Amino acid sequence: MARYSTSEFKAGLKIMLDQDPCAIIENEFIKPGKGQAFNRVKIRNLSNGRVIERTFKSGESVESADVMDIEVQFLYSDGEFWHFMVPDTFEQYQADSNAVEAVVKWLKEQDICTMTLWNDNPISVVPPNFVELAVTETDPGLKGDTSGGGGKPATMESGAVVRVPLFIQIGEMIRIDTRTGEYVSRVKD
Amino acid sequence: MQESWKPSADLKALRQRALMLERIRAFFVEKKVLEVETPLLCSATGTDPQLDFFSSFYHCEPKNKQMFLQTSPEFAMKRLLAAGSGSIFQICKAFRNAEVGRFHNPEFSILEWYRVDFTLDQLMDEVVELVAKVNGHPLNKVQKISYKNVFEQVTGLNPLVFCQQSYAEYADKNGIKDAVLLCEDDHSMWLDFIFSYKVQPSLESQMLCMVYGYPAIQSSLARINKQNPLVSDRFEVFIRGIEIGNGFFELSDVIEQEQRFDQENKVRKKKGLAVVIKDDKFLAALRSGLPDCSGVALGLDRLLMTVCSTESLADVIAFPFGRA
Repeated sequence: MARYSTSEFKAGLKIMLDQDPCAIIENEFIKPGKGQAFNRVKIRNLSNGRVIERTFKSGESVESADVMDIEVQFLYSDGEFWHFMVPDTFEQYQADSNAVEAVVKWLKEQDICTMTLWNDNPISVVPPNFVELAVTETDPGLKGDTSGGGGKPATMESGAVVRVPLFIQIGEMIRIDTRTGEYVSRVKD
Repeated sequence: MQESWKPSADLKALRQRALMLERIRAFFVEKKVLEVETPLLCSATGTDPQLDFFSSFYHCEPKNKQMFLQTSPEFAMKRLLAAGSGSIFQICKAFRNAEVGRFHNPEFSILEWYRVDFTLDQLMDEVVELVAKVNGHPLNKVQKISYKNVFEQVTGLNPLVFCQQSYAEYADKNGIKDAVLLCEDDHSMWLDFIFSYKVQPSLESQMLCMVYGYPAIQSSLARINKQNPLVSDRFEVFIRGIEIGNGFFELSDVIEQEQRFDQENKVRKKKGLAVVIKDDKFLAALRSGLPDCSGVALGLDRLLMTVCSTESLADVIAFPFGRA
């Protein structure tokens, strides 16, 4: 497996740390004029999403992580696994609940997601920035109110709960920003 | 990358650089300090294991001669001092390999000056004067503090006496656990780690802070203090927490200098670094006699960063490493 020296560190680089694949978010070179050089690095653990800070002695090297991102279409879930397919090749991947845990509420069949593979196994899935989901449950709205002020909780077909304007009704499709979990607009057919 | 032919610094910063150089020269003309030039390409270099140098070969087949880009003009300037130059200053480039970052560029500008018969304290005062001159106004918030005091104030640890256990406990409790694994029983590395992560950020509120009395194990080319053998006559200059420069009451004892070279070469060997041939001409100059003097080097690019209040060297260097 290839190794990276600290002098190659930069945002986006994928390395192995404590047996987990990680991505460098930020790298700062620290060196007193007459002293030891360090690299102070912010790293995201790609398996659990956690961000940690780590310091390396400059000149050290670390193992690279065989990590890549691919575009896949979400097919279905059988309760245990979530199944995805690469549209061009029809190649299929099944992700376990660890890989989809954080995003399962945004997964909608046929949506194109970004999947991160480590040694060819899915370790995380990022949904599209915007998804369109049907409202399955919400308090009856006030018909005349189109201001959107105030708002109320609504449950989506995927199980996600989103704050929506008062005029949104059960059965309507809405557009949601998955990065913030916020309502964007009503979807008109 | 189509844009990489353009300078990364804006024109305002480049004008400020020209003004800084003009003011520095005026400052030393007024004080009758002689401007000098010494070679960037040298036949010898320093032994400091923390400094990675660039080297190249002068072609004269079959015995190509290894040459070094200077990491600082210190040795050559001391040869001038030993030859009777009196107080001198130089503005030049220095080169340090494998140092790139927000505060590091492998090629950078140095202002280095030596004052014959100056104490370290007098030189520190002159640094304040010079920084004020470069800024174009007097400085408020100037502080001089000893290394021991500032280190103790921030951490509660004694930097002069190494206690691995209490250093490790401190690191554990203060979010720098990695230090325990990296530094092990290396006192000097512990000091670098804790100083960089904890002490230096505490200096950010100071316009100009000079930390003097560095631990003797980090004496570099400074004399060991006459009263206290645990400290050296060395200071560092910080502007808003950024390390700007380093000054010494210069070591002139050739025997001690040679011992330090040998000691550093031993460390180089242990670290798997190439052993460096000691600079004979420099040692010969010390043998003939270096006058008592204090000297300091300031990183001009960083100084300019503080004048322009920028976040990165790339904002003040026209073509930093990535565009060089």
